[in-house]
Amino acid sequence: MTFFRFRQALTISLLALGSTLLLPGCSADKNNAAATERLPFIGEREVRPRADGGPADTVYATIPAFRLTNQDGKVITNQTFAGKVYVTDFFFATCPSICPKMQSELLRVYDKFKGDPRVLFLSHTIDPAHDSIPVLRDYAQRLGIADAARWHFATAPHDTIFALARAYMTAAQVDKGVAGGFAHSGAFALIDPQRRIRGVYDGMNPLEVQRLLDDLPVLLREVEQEQKAAK
Amino acid sequence: MRRRGPLTLVLTGLLGAALGLAGCFTERQHEGEKIYATHCANCHGAQGEGLKRLIPPLAKSDYVAKNRTGLACLIRKGIKGPLVVNDVEFNQAMPAADSHLTDSQITNLLNFVQTSWGNQGEVFTIREVSAQLQGCGASDGQ
Repeated sequence: MTFFRFRQALTISLLALGSTLLLPGCSADKNNAAATERLPFIGEREVRPRADGGPADTVYATIPAFRLTNQDGKVITNQTFAGKVYVTDFFFATCPSICPKMQSELLRVYDKFKGDPRVLFLSHTIDPAHDSIPVLRDYAQRLGIADAARWHFATAPHDTIFALARAYMTAAQVDKGVAGGFAHSGAFALIDPQRRIRGVYDGMNPLEVQRLLDDLPVLLREVEQEQKAAK
Repeated sequence: MRRRGPLTLVLTGLLGAALGLAGCFTERQHEGEKIYATHCANCHGAQGEGLKRLIPPLAKSDYVAKNRTGLACLIRKGIKGPLVVNDVEFNQAMPAADSHLTDSQITNLLNFVQTSWGNQGEVFTIREVSAQLQGCGASDGQ
């Protein structure tokens, strides 16, 4: 009996605790919450003590320096994406399995943001031996992407691409056992102007892609506020 | 609690039998739809809509209507090279089905396409599909 009472009391106090935790969520001003909402930083982080003994700096994982060639034959580097946010994925032109679905989902995101020059897109081929610049140009045009400066379809030597895939948290590897010869995940990564990964999404799942569509304005607001503060 | 009368028992038994039998018949129902979802939809789209100028549509496709006699072999063996569908030129290789589909599975798949998304194509019999597949040396007689 005593035990029962104890359990009852515990349940009630847990419920009370729960409500105090939950209730602020209900009452908070939605606009206010949206204005302060920030996307997480994805990947390894490092805490670096400061030389002057001040509070340590947290350094987030960043995308390494890269040099690729896009469908117009133009060299693109991190500088191409300076001050922008961008969404990236890995595909290959002859991919018979997940790519068409994945690229049609990315196309959905592109269509929503094609009027916003602050957002760029970058698709890397994981089959550079086949996907020459003319092949990439043909692919982009067939997908309806006329402006290479907004959505880059890029190639680089095989090792460069696969190292970048790891940096963007996409699994990609040669696998003769699967259709097309490459195994890769259909992940999209969202990158901020400081080269940090702010979101990773399963490009094969429309709900995950919706999350990306919701996250993009949040990141753009943060970038806007930082640029204002820097002025 | 009241004891169950014999009638209830009989009814329960009948219901059970009916459910069991329904299982026999439903196992292969919608097989074409399921095969479409696992083998075709990533490229041709959940609604057979295709993808821009990369992947041809299957919904309201004049190619499907005009090439009835070649469709079974196209599914089993894939197809390469330029192809015009609804006045748009496509040039993406379609691989052969990534796992073996029997003649009857191909029939169900074709009939799903023939009767979905507004398509009103004449349905196929297994006999017709097997005959087409024999023509390209690819019938498995199943």
